[in-house]
Amino acid sequence: MVQLTLPKNSQITEGTAWPKPGGANRLTEYRIYRWNPDDGKNPRIDTYYVDREDCGPMVLDGLIWIKNKVDPSLTFRRSCREGICGSCAMNIDGTNTLACLKSMDDVRGSTVKVYPLPHMPVVKDLVPDLTQFYAQHASIEPWLHTQTPAPEHEWPQSREDREKLDGLYECILCACCSTSCPSYWWNGDRYLGPAALLQAYRWLIDSRDESTGDRLDHLEDPFRLYRCHTIMNCAKACPKGLNPAKAIAEIKKMMVTRQF
Amino acid sequence: MSQTPRSIDRPLSPHLQIYRPMLTMMMSIVHRITGVALYFGTLLLVLWLVAAATSPEAYRLASAISGSFLGLVVLFGYSWTLIHHTLGGIRHFIWDTGHGLGPEWREVMAKATIGGSVALTVLLWVVIWIVKS
Repeated sequence: MVQLTLPKNSQITEGTAWPKPGGANRLTEYRIYRWNPDDGKNPRIDTYYVDREDCGPMVLDGLIWIKNKVDPSLTFRRSCREGICGSCAMNIDGTNTLACLKSMDDVRGSTVKVYPLPHMPVVKDLVPDLTQFYAQHASIEPWLHTQTPAPEHEWPQSREDREKLDGLYECILCACCSTSCPSYWWNGDRYLGPAALLQAYRWLIDSRDESTGDRLDHLEDPFRLYRCHTIMNCAKACPKGLNPAKAIAEIKKMMVTRQF
Repeated sequence: MSQTPRSIDRPLSPHLQIYRPMLTMMMSIVHRITGVALYFGTLLLVLWLVAAATSPEAYRLASAISGSFLGLVVLFGYSWTLIHHTLGGIRHFIWDTGHGLGPEWREVMAKATIGGSVALTVLLWVVIWIVKS
């Protein structure tokens, strides 16, 4: 349901202002969401200063610098640092993106504001609980469904049919899109969200898949599919440049055309 | 992490409070608001029709109210709401065909909806003013 304000335990307070590093010529201010499950307090915003001459250019570089040099308790997910694993998805400068692909110089204004992915339960600091998100992906059964006996070598696919998967298969399940969607914020328990629906479409148009009808039946529901109101935050947030809104529109079209 | 109790009262991360307003997102919200406002606008239309069906005095009263300065402001707002929501509906109809969802066109269509609704509303009232005078 729509709740525009944050619950009492989620309201944010002002936190610690950490000292500026000595001898630094170029500083960038970070304001970072913190929440510790062990101290029983509300979330807070801590302020840090990053020495830019001692640090890489990306927002993730700054976070790692802070963790190494200032505050080892700062908690966030990261792995590949090159936009392929999707671990460091977070809300930076008001939009969802990957910290490893966002340059500090591209942030509007002088302060880098960092929050966890929006409207999610927080595990600690910048780490959201993605259990529900992964369960929704699993619910669309993201694997090949076939009835005909498996061929001796492989399921062949023409070049043209393979091209239909471009712009879909590249999804890294970082959750930037789903957690940018107001519809997903208000109805995330029943609406599948842009990421799961983009993957649903990826299997719907796969020329080798043989359960298109069943897949559409599963999605034909007032909430699972039709909570998409073409708000487009998903397409604007996607760090891989994919367009979940377009994929969802194509699923809605399939729902109509299959009746004829 | 494994020692954290399962029933822990986790906070909800901030959403509307921190998300940067996007044009298409704001247009979606305005589309919803204008849609709700049209219910009240239609109610005004019904009141005017009921007055017309009741008696000449009631009709004169309804016309006097709607013709007053405040009445005209409300009618101006109602006409913009109707036109804006109609254009928004057309935009959504185009999206439903699978067109105009790309990075360039979704912005163009959003801006065209705002520009078009303002222009058509002004045009409508200029025509009304010319016809009446």
